Amino acid sequence: MAIKKYCLVCGGTGCETGKTDAIYRGLLAAADANGISDDIQVVKTGCFGLCEKGPIVKVLPEETFYVGVSPEDTGKIIEEHLVEGRIVDSLLYKVNNKKIKFYQKQKRLVLRNCGVIDPEKINEYIARQGYVALEKVLFELSSEEVLEELKISGLRGRGGAGFPTWLKWKFTAEVESDKKYIVCNADEGDPGAYMDRATLEGDPHSILEAMIIAGKTVNSDHGVIYIRAEYPLAIQRLEIALKQARESGLLGDDILGSGFSFDIEIRLGAGAFVCGEETALLASTEGNRGMPIPKPPFPAVKGLFAKPTVINNVETYANIPLIIEKGGAWFKAIGTEKSPGTKVFALTGKIENSGLVEVPMGTTLREIIFDVGGGIRDGKEFKAVQTGGPSGGVITKDYLDTPIDFDHLTAIGSMMGSGGMIVMDEDDCIVDITKFYMEFCVDESCGKCAPCRIGTKRMHQILGKITSGQATMEDLQKLKDIGLATQKASLCGLGQTAANPVLSTLKYFEEEYLEHIRDGKCRSGKCKDLVTYTIDADKCIGCTVCARKCPVPCIAGERKAPHVIDQSKCIKCGICFDVCKFGAVIVA
Amino acid sequence: MAMVNIKINGQPQEVEAGTSILDAAKAVQVKIPTLCYHPDLEPWAACGLCVVKVENSPKMVRACATLVVEGQNYITHDPELMEVRKTVVELMQSNHPNECLTCARNGTCEFQDISEDFCIREAPYCEMLKDLPKDESTPSIVLDPRKCINCGRCVQVCQQMQDVWALEFINRGYDTVMQPAAGALLNESPCIKCGQCSAHCPVGAIYEKDETEKLLAAVRDESKHVAIQVAPAVRVAIGEAFGLEPGVLLTGKIYAALRMLGADAVFDTNFAADLTIMEEGTELVKRLTSKGGGPLPQITSCCPAWTDFMEKYYPDMIPHFSTAKSPMMMQGAVTKTYYAEKAGIDPKDIYSVAIMPCTAKKYEIGRDDNMRSSGYNDMDLVLTTRELARLIKRAGIDFLNLKDEEADNPIGIYSGAGTIFGVTGGVMEAALRTAYKLVTDEELGDVNIQAVRGMEGVRSGEVSVGDTTLRVAVAHGMANVRQLMDEVRDARDNGREPPYHFIEVMACKGGCIGGGGQPYNTDEEVRQKRTAGIYSDDEKSTVRCSHQNPSIIKIYEDYLGEPLSARSHELLHTKYQARPLYQK
Repeated sequence: MAIKKYCLVCGGTGCETGKTDAIYRGLLAAADANGISDDIQVVKTGCFGLCEKGPIVKVLPEETFYVGVSPEDTGKIIEEHLVEGRIVDSLLYKVNNKKIKFYQKQKRLVLRNCGVIDPEKINEYIARQGYVALEKVLFELSSEEVLEELKISGLRGRGGAGFPTWLKWKFTAEVESDKKYIVCNADEGDPGAYMDRATLEGDPHSILEAMIIAGKTVNSDHGVIYIRAEYPLAIQRLEIALKQARESGLLGDDILGSGFSFDIEIRLGAGAFVCGEETALLASTEGNRGMPIPKPPFPAVKGLFAKPTVINNVETYANIPLIIEKGGAWFKAIGTEKSPGTKVFALTGKIENSGLVEVPMGTTLREIIFDVGGGIRDGKEFKAVQTGGPSGGVITKDYLDTPIDFDHLTAIGSMMGSGGMIVMDEDDCIVDITKFYMEFCVDESCGKCAPCRIGTKRMHQILGKITSGQATMEDLQKLKDIGLATQKASLCGLGQTAANPVLSTLKYFEEEYLEHIRDGKCRSGKCKDLVTYTIDADKCIGCTVCARKCPVPCIAGERKAPHVIDQSKCIKCGICFDVCKFGAVIVA
Repeated sequence: MAMVNIKINGQPQEVEAGTSILDAAKAVQVKIPTLCYHPDLEPWAACGLCVVKVENSPKMVRACATLVVEGQNYITHDPELMEVRKTVVELMQSNHPNECLTCARNGTCEFQDISEDFCIREAPYCEMLKDLPKDESTPSIVLDPRKCINCGRCVQVCQQMQDVWALEFINRGYDTVMQPAAGALLNESPCIKCGQCSAHCPVGAIYEKDETEKLLAAVRDESKHVAIQVAPAVRVAIGEAFGLEPGVLLTGKIYAALRMLGADAVFDTNFAADLTIMEEGTELVKRLTSKGGGPLPQITSCCPAWTDFMEKYYPDMIPHFSTAKSPMMMQGAVTKTYYAEKAGIDPKDIYSVAIMPCTAKKYEIGRDDNMRSSGYNDMDLVLTTRELARLIKRAGIDFLNLKDEEADNPIGIYSGAGTIFGVTGGVMEAALRTAYKLVTDEELGDVNIQAVRGMEGVRSGEVSVGDTTLRVAVAHGMANVRQLMDEVRDARDNGREPPYHFIEVMACKGGCIGGGGQPYNTDEEVRQKRTAGIYSDDEKSTVRCSHQNPSIIKIYEDYLGEPLSARSHELLHTKYQARPLYQK
């Protein structure tokens, strides 16, 4: 009997932690119990993107989009929807998929197969035009033609700097060498970013295909995927994909009888952020301490084991098969003139729809945050958005209509980075957030160069003084001085960009810094040392809720009499403020 | 050589392709500040002080690690660059103890010089120091991580230049320290005590263990007869500590200064170098001519850092090692036996001191019981060239204006062959001069054996000794040794004839003249000048071969009998043992 319906269960890491596997097995068991096993197919796919609402189950062909599904719901989905044909309203995400605003402005090229195919089945990838591009490269196109197609496409590296991919490949292709390497940088490390993880989990073959294409183009027989060990699911799916590709003759000796041989190995990184920097990544791959070295020479000429090496990140590779398949001109027509194609962002923070989004370059921040992202959570006021993670800068509401591409973001003091996008609302303290990013850089600095090693530590220290009300106006100047030195004199991108959050927030939110230093105030109340909670005796009715909820406890008072907070004990957690229904707790 | 046209601060200049911006600037008298850079090492690009601008580029690049590109204009100094560099210096200062007055590098510290150049009068950032203990576990060097500025030179020296891998970057970010792996102390690590880390450290984070007080105590002790010997390489380097050019020969002034410091007898290690040649040369001839002489090649053993390296990394080479002790230890043994007897002094009252270019020598005097062949510690104290220079200054001696003096008999006279022990290839050359005589019973016509001289890391060649053609090889700088040892191993394991008959190894670049205890700022040019000084000492010697040294002839006649005699074996030879790389 032919399969009539499909149940797609999201198998990304986010939903996995929400018991995808139990849901998957539950659906199978319920189908079996209802005798419809032969009519439906349950598929574990990659990430759907709308992680905020996970775990997600999608029913095809009607594209019913169930969110927040638990293993206990599986019986209901099978019995009510698949057997009786009644949609389970309680699990429904407002309207069905096509009308979900989250997806309307997205253009899913990189994520084309995520949430669509079973990433553990090579045939599903092949059925979606997988390995067609490889066939073309193996049997139809010369190296020059591949490079030309990439050049026409205008594809720029998605790892952050936006270097033209075709040029990178060309440098390596032109160097004479007995050995060349193709490296995939899957050492995604920005806080809150998981674009590459989702791609590898949802569509691992697209990366393998691209790497084989790169190998053929530059004449390399050896690929290496450097991936952080904290991505066990991605590693597992890559291993499955590698095995299936080898079994299918798509990897190994004499690929598809073309005479070209290529294989890929996986190298696990220990999770150092600096190993996302390409020279540090290569050092780590060689078994050395992950520390950057000066460029030039660039890896394209002298890379892994001192051999010419193409190194691109996951998202860059994911675009390659499409470009080869559909042509450079097709790709070039998407996005903006200087930044063609799409960009995947991990949209997080104070946003309604947290998740993975892929939009054409040139989409404005406003569209991403308010249309795709559904706006700020709880109706709060938008304050700023940080792109590029700890290397980027904040963007304020004045710049919300900036079209997103490499050059525009750099022009307004931020950067594309790998695609982290963290939205802040009025409750966020800009100094506190900046301190958070700086703490990340302090932790992740490799320690090699002095400006980064000491500069980040010092900036973090000064930010700490500001948030605790101990800073002077001189400290602001020091922040600027250290920021400049760290930016200009650090060896690698980590240090060179570590000061960006400081410098950009100082530019756009200087007043907030001044409030902390001059007035000893934190307007959002996040900086606890600057906040005091008191109870307005006129408003307090003595309901005792605050006293009961206070974890210390430091609130005293008789029933039906005004309460008092003991300032010497208060830890400024803000719970009293949150629980008081009468507005009697005052934050100052 | 391809040439490149560039500009430094707008000034056109033509330089060889492959030149760094740093060197290109130097050529037009522009000094770009550096701290982590050292000409002996690959640019490590850590400190960030040498940043310069490339015209029309927003980024700053490191002048040490960036090669010039045709047509570019490099801005080395402008207000922004100077501000950035100053901030970097201020940041580093805030992380470095302000203890210059009591620091081992007071006056020779590169960071002190940089700080002076930047005229920072008030520290903008409060001091933030690492609370870490000193590692004083070896007899040779002290590691003080509090003072470390993380330039990485020591790690590069230890790994790339010396192939020892005792030091490693440990921890990450702000907590990064240069230490042996896994919490081992230096004496539990593969460290060979060569001290090259201390010679390359720009600050006082790694320095020789200062033992000058011990000498002062000994000379104050009326009951002690203080006998001091001085190594060949010291005489061509110590002048640098007094402002002289490298390579100026100061043998006579050193003797004089040692007497002013209170030495009762002043000897010369070069005498024992001649003695070493008699023993080691005879041993070589024995290996060449008789089956019981031990395997070939024979490998020199006078460098204690090399010996330590071999015992740790190549213990299978022990049978190849010459059993002859180093000249210093031979001198120590004959001081407390032969000399004591001649001078009528109870050896227990002799305090035997050596002035050495080397920190490993401090370790060598206690390496095993063979170093007590006189029945006492053959050597009581080793001071490095740097320590002696400090002591001379402290004692108020106007060193450069001293009248030259002579060493004391009977173990103070040396041949030209003895003095060239101080340079790479010197032991080989000295041995060949005497081996020629031993094999052919004739004197070598031209004693200048150019084939084994030079500064290349590994040199090999053939030398005719009578009817025999000797295949010889010389290596210096520990990283150059591996290839030779692997060749020897490979031939041995595959039953082939040994690739060489005789191999000389010295742990430090250039040999002892480039030792870890020599004055600071040693680089290739300095090593060349010191080497020239050593060869000039050889050339002005009337006796050029060890076996012609009258004091050597006499010690064999009066005391030792002949080379490899029973007494020689007892006093002048030693044994080796395999040692673990790490121990706890």
